[in-house]
Formats: sequence, structure tokens, C-alpha cells
Amino acid sequence: MTEFTPIAATVGGILIGLSAVLLMAWEGRIAGISGIAGRLLPPYGDKALPSRLAFVLGLVGAPLVYAAATGSQVVQTVSANLPLMALAGLLVGFGSVYGSGCTSGHGVCGLSRLSVRSLVATLTFMATAFVTVFVVRHVVGA
Amino acid sequence: MSFVVNLVLGLLFGIGLVVSGMSDPAKVLNFLDLFGTWDPSLAFVMGGAVVTTFIGYRLVFRRPKPVAADAFHLPANNAIDRRILVGPAIFGIGWGLGGFCPGPALTATALGAAGTYAFLPMMFLGMWLARWTVDRRFSPVFTSPPAP
Repeated sequence: MTEFTPIAATVGGILIGLSAVLLMAWEGRIAGISGIAGRLLPPYGDKALPSRLAFVLGLVGAPLVYAAATGSQVVQTVSANLPLMALAGLLVGFGSVYGSGCTSGHGVCGLSRLSVRSLVATLTFMATAFVTVFVVRHVVGA
Repeated sequence: MSFVVNLVLGLLFGIGLVVSGMSDPAKVLNFLDLFGTWDPSLAFVMGGAVVTTFIGYRLVFRRPKPVAADAFHLPANNAIDRRILVGPAIFGIGWGLGGFCPGPALTATALGAAGTYAFLPMMFLGMWLARWTVDRRFSPVFTSPPAP
């Protein structure tokens, strides 16, 4: 069980949205994490590598800054099933870049631009994620 | 300057993930578990983020161009093709297995969970394989296209 936290969730969502808006205002780019992270690897089609590296460093540092500022620990419950996590990582990495976006690029930025393509992508990954959790927890794990 | 701005925006995005609970795979998996221990919190994360971005983008697009670039770089491809179905379908399966999408997985880098270190290298491998698959001209050996 995890607690239903609608206020923290909404506040966090607004911060994510602010970051996306300011990135568009500053660099004119979509705040899509799979696009930013995927282009950390060569080949490089543009000169934005330092910017992408900085954004990713910010993501990595965020829980440390949060913990230092609030004095509260960041809670993450990550599965210790290493082969499962490795497979999950491969599928997330391949699928998000092959489909030109993930939860942030399609789900947040794409929907905000009223992109039909991003709506199709978001509905598709939500559907397969719901089915996957259903199978893992209620069919295999039942 | 752009480095500092991007660092701060990455921090802001990551703190949003942490505050919202989206950085915790347990919360993500419970959101996806409609018929079990359902936790609807993540719908509020998406709601808060989309409404903020919807309004903010409209203000930003009134300007002729971004502060630090010559033009807005927006996706030009609107086609509903095979890639936009196959890619997200595969991504969703991985998301449902591990509870991590790319942003939350990156925020987990310094927090020391073994599962994170199984996930992240394979995520980058998958991203690289996808770029190789999409652009078949991209050879893993030659990084610039051969002369015609």
C-alpha cells in the first residue's frame, strides 16, 4: 500500500510543468527525459550535449538537494529482482526512444501541445503498463 | 550560462518528481494496479503538470523565439505510424515491470538501490539500440555518414 497524496502530487506536478515551460522559454526544447538522456550517447546531431548533461545532472542531484533542504529522506522502493529490473530498463530505454518519447515528452509536453500523436502514445503506454501490472500482480503473482 | 540554467531546470524537474511521489516505483506500480492496491496520486501529478504546461506554453509561444536559441524546436512529425504504437507499447511494459520511467530512474542514481543499477545501464543500452534501429545509416563504428 502507498498513501493517497493528492496535494503533494499536484504540487510536484506543477513543479514538473514549470520546468517544462521554462525549458521551452529558454532553449525552445521539449522537456522529454528520454530524448535528453538518449542523446547523451553518440552520435551527436547538434551542440546541445552540455545542456543535456546539465539537465540530467540536475535530475540526479534533485533527491540530494531535496533531502538536504527538508531534512527528510527520499523514499524509493525499488525491486531487488535484478534480472527483472534489467529487462524493464531495456524495454523502457528502447521503447521510449523508438516511440520518440516517454511520460514527460508525450505525457506532459505532448498533451499540453494537444498533439494527437502524443495522445496516441500516452494511451498506448498507459494501456500496456496497466495490463503488465495486472498480469504480474494478479495472474502470475496470484 | 545555458549549462547553469539547464542544471537548475533539471533540479526543478527532479524535485517535482520527488515531491509528487512519482520517483518512487512503489507509488507508480500502485497507480497502475487498478484492480489491487490502487493509489490514484499519479493522476494528480499528470494533471498538475499538464495544466501548468498547457498554460505556460501558450504564454511562451507568444514570443517570437526562445531566450537562448534561434527558434522553438517542436516535433514536426504528426503521423500515426507503426513507431508511435510499437515504441510506447514496449515502453509501457517496461514501466509496468519496474515502476521506473526515464526521469524517476535518473533521480534514483545516487540513492543506492541495487535494482536501479540493473535498470539504468540497460535503459541506456535500449536507448542506443533504438536510435540505431531508427536511423539505419547510423553505424556503431562510423559516427559520421560516409561520403557519397
